Amino acid sequence: MLKSLLAGMGLAVMLPAVALADCAEVSQGQLLISAAWSRATIGTARPAVFYVTIRNNGSTDDRLTGIETPVAGMPMLHETVMTDGVASMPHASDISIPAGQTVSLAPGGYHGMLMDLEEELKDGESFPVTLKFENAGPVSVETAVLPLRAREAACGDAP
Amino acid sequence: MLKKIRIALWVAVAVSLVGVGALLWRADRQEQAAAFKPEFSLPDEAGTVRTAEEFRGKHLLVFFGFTNCPDVCPTTMAEVAQVMDDLGPEAEDVQPLFISVDPARDRESGLGEYLAAFHPSILGLAGDKAATKSAVNSFKVFGDRQEDASAPGGYTMSHSSSLYLLGPRGEWLRQFEYGTPADDIIADLKGRL
Ligand SMILES: [Cu+2]
Repeated sequence: MLKSLLAGMGLAVMLPAVALADCAEVSQGQLLISAAWSRATIGTARPAVFYVTIRNNGSTDDRLTGIETPVAGMPMLHETVMTDGVASMPHASDISIPAGQTVSLAPGGYHGMLMDLEEELKDGESFPVTLKFENAGPVSVETAVLPLRAREAACGDAP
Repeated sequence: MLKKIRIALWVAVAVSLVGVGALLWRADRQEQAAAFKPEFSLPDEAGTVRTAEEFRGKHLLVFFGFTNCPDVCPTTMAEVAQVMDDLGPEAEDVQPLFISVDPARDRESGLGEYLAAFHPSILGLAGDKAATKSAVNSFKVFGDRQEDASAPGGYTMSHSSSLYLLGPRGEWLRQFEYGTPADDIIADLKGRL
């Protein structure tokens, strides 16, 4: 009884911390980076995914040219493309972030493909990803690991 | 004058004949569509061969995917999991199936454990090349290997991304395109169960 009570209290303390990680926001120059999330993996054999929302508040266009993370040996930008209902995901050499617009790496569209995983991604944990922008330079964002069956960031898109 | 009316009447007869013909043709087409029963014969994780026939009486929600797919496949399985959670007791009449288009690799990495992380009801099937091909062909879908030096193992798959719904007699009912929200799928299923 006491044990489960303590476990419950432990959980209550942990939850806000998790929520914070889920909603980490970083701004650099004119860019606001938010809602970085990934899905838990089972082991390291399969590639993981990286999603994020990027808002360009400036008056000049920028471009996401790549990502880096200590959890994957080969991270890459991909775009899911549907042709007559058939899905494929070619490499995206860069992703344009036009002035005044918000671009999301989100299910069914652009995503970071994290290949050669160094470690299993566990639900509730987080890991850093560095986004490389042509103008704004590198920006590091803490990425929340959500359950494998998560469908969206736990905090929604940035306003 | 009378001649003109006669011609007009004959034209009307011709038009209606064409119309009746078109209707008959359409009815025939619909009958054919209703008789479309996709088949598969593929082993589950335990090695037991599962076929479309054994699921008669249930609705089948079928997806063709591969587990090295980090975007479209988990997103769709997450919707399916939501559907199964929200259907309540009626979920018993629905069997979700994940047919691997990358069966050798998926068997090796553990298809069952992967699918269980979404929902315990999802059944994973991974056969050999020939059996997979015949299931893909029978559903009239697509699943093909694409060489890609940057992908793990040097290849990735392109595959049909919809969910396919089969009725209790194994008949093809409809597809739900990628991105169909769980609520829309549930509403459709509730109208049938
Ligand atoms: Cu990808």
